[in-house]
Amino acid sequence: MYRYDQFDEQLVRERAAQFRGQVERRLSGELKEDHFKPLRLQNGVYLQLHAYMLRVAIPYGQLSSRKMRQLAMIADTYDKGYGHFTTRQNIQYNWVALKNIPDVLDKLADVEMHAIQTSGNCIRNTTSDHLAGANADELEDPRPWCEIIRQWSTIHPEFAFLPRKFKIAVTAAAPDRAAIKVHDIGLLMKPNANGEVGFEVFVGGGLGRTPHVGVSVRDWVSKGELLSYLEAIMRVYNRFGRRDNKFKARIKILVNETGPEEFTRLVEEEFAAQGPKEKVVLPDEEVARIMAYFAPPEFEDLPEVSQAFEREKARNEGFARWARINLRAHRTPGYASVHISLKPQGVAPGDATGEQMRVMADLAEQYGMDDVRVAHEQDIVLPHVKMDDLPAVYAKLVEHRLATANAGLITDLIACPGLDYCNLANARSISVANDIQAEFADADFEEEIGKLHVNISGCINACGHHHVGHIGVLGVDKKGEEFYQITLGGRADEKAAIGDIAGPGLRHEEVRPAFRRVIDKYLEVRNGKSETFIEVLERLGQEPFKEALYASA
Amino acid sequence: MPLLKDGKEITDIWTFVDDEAELSPGGCFTVSLGRFLSEQDMLLARNEDVGVRLGPADDPELLKPVLDRLNLIEVEFPKYTDGRGYSIANLLRRRFGYEGELRAVGEVLRDQLGFMERAGFDQVLMQAADAEAKYAAATSEFTEVYQANADDRATIFERRHGAREQ
Ligand code: SF4
Repeated sequence: MYRYDQFDEQLVRERAAQFRGQVERRLSGELKEDHFKPLRLQNGVYLQLHAYMLRVAIPYGQLSSRKMRQLAMIADTYDKGYGHFTTRQNIQYNWVALKNIPDVLDKLADVEMHAIQTSGNCIRNTTSDHLAGANADELEDPRPWCEIIRQWSTIHPEFAFLPRKFKIAVTAAAPDRAAIKVHDIGLLMKPNANGEVGFEVFVGGGLGRTPHVGVSVRDWVSKGELLSYLEAIMRVYNRFGRRDNKFKARIKILVNETGPEEFTRLVEEEFAAQGPKEKVVLPDEEVARIMAYFAPPEFEDLPEVSQAFEREKARNEGFARWARINLRAHRTPGYASVHISLKPQGVAPGDATGEQMRVMADLAEQYGMDDVRVAHEQDIVLPHVKMDDLPAVYAKLVEHRLATANAGLITDLIACPGLDYCNLANARSISVANDIQAEFADADFEEEIGKLHVNISGCINACGHHHVGHIGVLGVDKKGEEFYQITLGGRADEKAAIGDIAGPGLRHEEVRPAFRRVIDKYLEVRNGKSETFIEVLERLGQEPFKEALYASA
Repeated sequence: MPLLKDGKEITDIWTFVDDEAELSPGGCFTVSLGRFLSEQDMLLARNEDVGVRLGPADDPELLKPVLDRLNLIEVEFPKYTDGRGYSIANLLRRRFGYEGELRAVGEVLRDQLGFMERAGFDQVLMQAADAEAKYAAATSEFTEVYQANADDRATIFERRHGAREQ
């Protein structure tokens, strides 16, 4: 894991001091809210329905036990004892007092963390594959490049006041677990014809009001030129992105209104015009220095099959189910990656208490090579755990309500905070999520249904990524009543697609039975258990499911 | 409104002349890019000091052929949240090599001064009292930077491997 050196540390401390001054000027009235707003947003501070919310960056989703414990301490000391993990590898605290935020930022700096640019019209937290460095299918580790992008984008002097927010995601594996095609810039590591690894660059993906899948603007750019190429894209966007209408200000609109070809031409022209002094200098020694932090940990030589693991599976049905559902293959024999679901029945998806965070920190320290990840599905992952240790890990998770066996299944749904917390919301999301979880509470039935992503947003801003859920749910407001629009067929992986709206909105209480009918239809028409919901949808189209959805009478 | 050059208050000898207004025979003035381009020969022939005020959507490249004959370029920030001026300044300073005076005008506030200085603005026309002190505080908040800019500071990427502080 990357460690701050004196430069990183000093900059993060100076940033916290800068914001402390800004908060003081705000509280004394010297700084008006109008002029304070972008400053607080660029430090992760939102004004929500009930209180200020602080969003803390977890760059590319990676934490250590020390960092996780500090997040727990902040939850306990400055919030009401919990935090909310988001779809962009951040954590949010919903109840922090403005006057305390500078102290929280200092506490974050103590463990090499920050809240810089987690909000506002600037380059946001760089996200990545939560299994980076552990999964068998990646070309190489994308995290060094995420860290390089993190540093390059931090307090960038030219791009601090963009037309709108800007999100970058990086992956190096063919199965895309970072949803790169629904980001403003998505980077896919791949080799060129000579076998040299660089990046394919996708631009203009994004959800919100007008969802788009990113388009490839460059088949390959070298590692050495990556940052210069990103600067070319950013400059074209900064200069030509729309600023007259907030809803048309994302880069996806620029790409679409200009046309992908013309947009690409503008970027290439800008890139070609960069003089030698304008290129971002990234010395080889610097790349090597950052790469070294991500060297694989020392894995033991273990047999493929763990006796302890097999024994526990045979004897403990709950463990066996959890192992089937929540483990992911590791590239090293005798190891697995563990999904810790933050979606038990009846909890706001992505929430964890301070105590749960400490438990996860302990497990990471004791069994997980001190590595914890946040997945964009709002779950936590221990990427490197010995199979032999899984029974002990599971037992601990069970004690703390962290052993829900639903990773990737229908109740492992993504939901934004919705009307319960968010002042932009049209409708509740958490209660709809809980309704659906209740409908599929039977673990056997849920496992029978198999892989299915449900994503729920409380308004068109789409923080719950409803467009890319296999089944998406969008809360809308019709004359003061909450309605829910269902979309079908979205996906956020390497075959990224925007779901289609199935028809008129449903009332809150209609969502649960409608889901049941859709699932029953799927079970009826699939060619055996191996054909997943999304595959059936691709084979048969929307019609049968639409019919089921509205067949209430 | 105080005008600062390199952080020190100076007297403003420049006047911006509206597109419709007549140009008086003497003095230093700036005009819009549109007016400058259409009256360029006459303006440059006057032998007086002439400058151009760029709006955020203007293309600074259009000034490239005459940059060495301009003594002042103003870049307008209609709102402090409009960041186009930073790209314009970067183009002028780093790509086209403009070395004359570069002034930020419009909604210029204390908390953006650090960005403006880095982008190569040597002058800011500020809407605040106590401007010099504010400028000094705002431009010394960060000791080191991750990115290169018109101010030519060595980046942290370079400093880690022996580059000297500027
Ligand atoms: S989708 Fe809407 S309701 Fe949900 S968190 Fe985002 S802005 Fe709030």
